[in-house]
Amino acid sequence: MTHTMTPEAAAAQERSARSAGAHPQGARSGRPLALAGRGGKLILMTMLAISFLTPLTWMLSASLKTEQDIAENPMGFIPQTWEWQNYAAAFESIRPFFINSAMLAAINVVGVLAIASIAGYAFGRLTFRGRDLAFSLVLATAIIPGIVLIIPQYIIFQQIGWVDTFFPLWVPRVLTPVFGTFLLRQAFMTLPKELEEAAKLDGLNTFSIYARIMLPQVKPALAAVGVFTFVESWNDLFGPLIFINSTERQTLPIALAQFQGEFFSTTNLLMAASTITVVPVIVIYLIAQKYFVQGIASSGLK
Amino acid sequence: MSVIEPDLAPAPPAGRARRRRLRRADLAGWAFIAPLIFGILAFQLVPIVVSIVASFTDWDGITPPAFIGADNYTGLAQDDLFWTTLRNTVLFTLGVIPLTTAGALLLAVLCQGKSRVANVVFRTAYFTPYVTSIVAIGLVWGKLLAPSGFFNSVLGVVGIEGPNWLTDANWALPAVIVISAWQGIGYPMIILLGGLQGIDGSIEEAARIDGAGSGRRFFSITLPLLTPQLFFVLVTQFITSFQVFALIFVLTSGGPGNATNVYIYYLYQNAFTFGRLGYASAMAWILFIIIGAVTFLQLRLQKRWVFYN
Repeated sequence: MTHTMTPEAAAAQERSARSAGAHPQGARSGRPLALAGRGGKLILMTMLAISFLTPLTWMLSASLKTEQDIAENPMGFIPQTWEWQNYAAAFESIRPFFINSAMLAAINVVGVLAIASIAGYAFGRLTFRGRDLAFSLVLATAIIPGIVLIIPQYIIFQQIGWVDTFFPLWVPRVLTPVFGTFLLRQAFMTLPKELEEAAKLDGLNTFSIYARIMLPQVKPALAAVGVFTFVESWNDLFGPLIFINSTERQTLPIALAQFQGEFFSTTNLLMAASTITVVPVIVIYLIAQKYFVQGIASSGLK
Repeated sequence: MSVIEPDLAPAPPAGRARRRRLRRADLAGWAFIAPLIFGILAFQLVPIVVSIVASFTDWDGITPPAFIGADNYTGLAQDDLFWTTLRNTVLFTLGVIPLTTAGALLLAVLCQGKSRVANVVFRTAYFTPYVTSIVAIGLVWGKLLAPSGFFNSVLGVVGIEGPNWLTDANWALPAVIVISAWQGIGYPMIILLGGLQGIDGSIEEAARIDGAGSGRRFFSITLPLLTPQLFFVLVTQFITSFQVFALIFVLTSGGPGNATNVYIYYLYQNAFTFGRLGYASAMAWILFIIIGAVTFLQLRLQKRWVFYN
């Protein structure tokens, strides 16, 4: 399951690779060649990284320029004057949408972690009648494209009066965390049996064993699921586009995509608002990077 | 994993206590999964039934639906725009998959090496677009590809007059394909990186000692051992590319003309712009069948090329 390497394993492989590199025939000419190869690789990787980050760097630079500066030097990355107040102006325009998005992301993360971890625990560690059948049902729903569900969901939410409320943006997501349940089930399954047995002897009930003993053991998986959920909720375009009509209840992506002309007459303010949208995700990703990568890597190996 | 104990009745007194305990365990288990199961029933299974029924009706979402049999499906067969968007989606998918897969493989191989700090830095650089909001990406690329924007200014330096990328019918779809590949490359890269790191180093080392060059080692050892991850990447790439929407919505709105109008965008227009919910539901089911059929085909074909040791 764990295809990511431990530091020890990486170091061991590095040592063996190094000793293999010192193979007789390469002893004299091999070393400089390998060094040149490594230098070439670094240059290639750097060039690729620059080209990958150019659009986002341009966004950042344009967000700090004057409008005239952007028009005159579309290729320049260093602003002639640093217009920090662009950010204050941009944030002023998007503040209500920023708050809506942040609130929804928080509800989604907490809700998904609660529902997915308790269900993942039941599927991974408890024995009960109908469990395997229920788990097959959960997995089977994962193959249905979201678009097949969105129109009937719209019809249903319209009938129960949920259109133009926040409910469609968190209730379905929180109550159907299929991927998170799967990932957390895998994590719970790897824990030793003795943990549970000791807790049982201490007289804890099933819920306390889950909440107090087992949950703290799967923090990396929780972090991965939490980041996934945050990114999905924060960047969601389709949900608010379809279910929300009122401007004041819109989220950040819709505000940027649909009302750009209304709120931002200038490119620099639009780019500042875009940067404000992107930064929380990148910060959270960087913090949880290790777990996030593990989470994705293991998801590819089911 | 663990066998579910059968509940045998009738039972002697000792067995009854055991039975009661089992029932309590059942209850606890179901209580734990109850919210999830409720969610799946309410927000996935019920909508599926509603969607199937809706696809056989004429429904604008305001007046009551009228049952019209298979008319939505036969209507789609005669709808030129349906075929145009299907063709655009196929072209988009055929463009994105090779770009993304080959690019992700190259980046994964580059990031796999020894110096760990540099690898994490590079990996993060290549991965960043993947977590970035599509809306922000659409807005930035819209500015970069503007007639006198960043991109055409760079081309101007080397004496090339760039086209109006996003408003030129010949260039809009290729431009969207490249942007989409750039944005999506991080995910397959991480999957392939996971695969590369799982490969037992001793096999490659043995080949190295036998005198196999790096190219030979890559194609005869690394690549075959990576086929399970490549298979997963191809399957997920197909499913996500075929459902492209957000980038089109932000960047081109399906234009110019219908040059970048893709399947889901047309479906969205039918449902929420033209108010044809039944027609759009039929489109959703056709999409489900296409994705299901291609995924099934990929699963069948994997025996021929995917190598599980």
